[in-house]
Amino acid sequence: MGNNAVRVWVCLLCVVGLSVCYYKTTVLGLPIKPQQDTEVWTVQAKINFVGDGGPAIFEFFLPNVIPGYLKLDEDFISGRFGLAVQDEGDNRKAQWAIRRARDMKSLYYRIAVARSSQSSGWQSHPQFPSSPEYPEPYASAIQSILDEARTASADVATYTMEILQQLNSPVPNENVELFRDHAGNSEQWVKEIINILSGVRIPARILWGIRTSDSSNHSQLEPLLQVHNGQEWLTFDPHTSERGIPLNFLSWNVGENPLYHLSGGKLVDIDFSVTKSYKEQIDVARSGARHADSIFTEFSLLALPVQSQNLYRLLLMVPIGVVIVVLMRTFVGISTFGTFMPILIALAFRETQLLWGVLLFSLIVAFGLMIRFYLERLMLLLIPRLASIVIIVVIIMLLISLVSNQMEAERLLSVALFPMVILAMTIERMSITWEENGPRDALLQGFGSLFVAILGYLAMTNEQLMYVMFVFPELLLVLLAMCLWAGRYNGYRVCELYRFREMKNIERD
Amino acid sequence: MFCSPRQLKERGILGINRRNADFIMRYNPRRLFPLVDDKLKTKELALLHGIAVPDLLGVVEAQHQIKQLKAFLYKLDDFVIKPSHGCGGNGILVVTGRSGDSFRKAGGDVVSFDQVAHHVSNILSGMYSLGGVNDFAIIEYRVKFDPMFARISYQGVPDIRVVVFRGVPVAAMLRLPTRESEGKANLHQGAMGVGINIATGHSCGGVYHAQLCDIHPDTGESTSTIQIPHWAHILELAVKCSDSVGLGYLGVDIVMDQELGPLVLELNARPGLNVQIAIGEGLLNTLDHVKQLKNLPSSVEGRVDLAIALSHCKIRQSTS
Repeated sequence: MGNNAVRVWVCLLCVVGLSVCYYKTTVLGLPIKPQQDTEVWTVQAKINFVGDGGPAIFEFFLPNVIPGYLKLDEDFISGRFGLAVQDEGDNRKAQWAIRRARDMKSLYYRIAVARSSQSSGWQSHPQFPSSPEYPEPYASAIQSILDEARTASADVATYTMEILQQLNSPVPNENVELFRDHAGNSEQWVKEIINILSGVRIPARILWGIRTSDSSNHSQLEPLLQVHNGQEWLTFDPHTSERGIPLNFLSWNVGENPLYHLSGGKLVDIDFSVTKSYKEQIDVARSGARHADSIFTEFSLLALPVQSQNLYRLLLMVPIGVVIVVLMRTFVGISTFGTFMPILIALAFRETQLLWGVLLFSLIVAFGLMIRFYLERLMLLLIPRLASIVIIVVIIMLLISLVSNQMEAERLLSVALFPMVILAMTIERMSITWEENGPRDALLQGFGSLFVAILGYLAMTNEQLMYVMFVFPELLLVLLAMCLWAGRYNGYRVCELYRFREMKNIERD
Repeated sequence: MFCSPRQLKERGILGINRRNADFIMRYNPRRLFPLVDDKLKTKELALLHGIAVPDLLGVVEAQHQIKQLKAFLYKLDDFVIKPSHGCGGNGILVVTGRSGDSFRKAGGDVVSFDQVAHHVSNILSGMYSLGGVNDFAIIEYRVKFDPMFARISYQGVPDIRVVVFRGVPVAAMLRLPTRESEGKANLHQGAMGVGINIATGHSCGGVYHAQLCDIHPDTGESTSTIQIPHWAHILELAVKCSDSVGLGYLGVDIVMDQELGPLVLELNARPGLNVQIAIGEGLLNTLDHVKQLKNLPSSVEGRVDLAIALSHCKIRQSTS
């Protein structure tokens, strides 16, 4: 019964811990490695218009669905305008309104985004367009283009691709030339294509967006072609025929409605500027998650004040050390003084650095042991003797500090950071083991403790581990599962393979 | 140098983890541990069930009683002082006689009363107890071991460790003190272990420092031809101990006194790893067999017979 319950718990804890972790890395985009920088793009739209003196309403499309990007932040500078933002199908619209608009007015909209693997898409389902009556000579040209594409395609996506390839062919036939002459700019070109596609009743529309390839002050919205295949909107570049949204394309709005609508004034200009900056990925993920209203950011340790954060950084490493002790004792069979004493020693190493820590630790324990053996001959009671050792340890630490100060070896000054009670206990435990079980056992346990402490130190000061534990504290559940599992481990320890080494020389019946 | 886990498994070796998880946890209720960890309680329990133990001469419970100790000890010719909560044979002082005002230890060293008193005081302050808690010092009869063991032990008292599972003795070994173990019968500290055939009480195999060995390292005598006297009696004693203490997985340490016969020295709730090397065979097969038995004989004799039937200690053949 015990075994099954443990198995259930181990699975449960692992699943919960790892899935929360998975959610945080994939959906919220928290990085697994510390200090990864991410590009953050800030796009600003500046609108200038002159009011007629009466009421003015300015309507403006805002980015809504931005595949490949994560919205980190957005803000509006509206002055004395009233602002309302509303969803309109796949679009989002801001409406600035003012009772009296005179002179030049400026409105700003700013959005900050970062690249993200997070997938989002347009939800709307379009009506099938009715096929239009094309005037000649277009009707026959369209017909021949459509017929040619139909034979070389299987579905909406490949059909569209075929048509685009024909229209963009470097050696166009006369049918295609007809359209090329007709289309003056990109927008018209896309509209032509939509028009052609409606001939076979494929729903299509324009996707407007902005390129974020580099910082620039006067960017333009560019049109892409979208067709609907019954399930989702597919995007094509109308000039290169490439499928999919280009990597650096920030979707703004869809459809043929103009980007803005102004009543009660005269537009001077709309200027888009793009700036690139770098931000730590962790911050990016956090602000992204804030917009996604995830409970995991509200309960994140990153939300704590910085001082407490540092405390928890340390606290969260203790379970790592504890798991190492479990591994070393249950699976390898290294004996140590006390169960978790090595972890306390390892925590002390954090302050002194490893090499000096080991050196000072060995030095003090060796000195302490010598003095402890002398105290033994004085026949003192246990508690006063322990107390004497604590005092002597302090004196030794003082001496080391003074000597090192004279020698200008500043590193040795960190000796004061050792918790002396731990040192005194180690000395006492070691000397008892020494007397009772002989020097071999005492040294074995002493080095065992030191070895586990060093391993613990290396794990507990590992930047990557510290970061992962701090950002994904749910991994504690996985550590807990590991300990539960180790608790039911009934196989051999590595040291037993040595202990029973002679058994292989015994013939079996 | 090393065994593979498979080799150990094939030989039915019981490892620490398995012993703790599958035997101690399951068959030894925690609340019964004080009965074996406290030697005073063990003694009381044994006396209650008519099990032979070394006589209790006195108990020191508090530091102030040490003053009266001098007069008390001077009346005795020989005695043993041990911590009530000690483990692994630690903190045991064996006095074999006196030399003037001083006491002669088992090894021949002479100690003053002050040193004895300090030892007792150390015991009281918990130096040898498991959790470092305050402890009692027990003064008891010094076992004079059977002379047949003289040629195969160096100082100290050899004892017989019987592992009893569900009241059925499953393995036994003779533990012989060596110079290295300083008279202690603890294999970990360098004592020698000699496997005993449960069925016959005859020695088989032997282990010294985890190496197969059938010659006592100090006396040079062979350990392969020992016949333990009163063997059936020893098995009964072990079974009775198991019944009285209620631990399903128990080690019983028995010494052979030349006048009083087998005496139970102490009980152990976590036995059974080194004995496997001593008898040259893993315990797992026997333990699993006993585990699966639904109806165990209720009488002591019945279970001794069962143990003998189960036993098949093979004469070890070394391939090396």
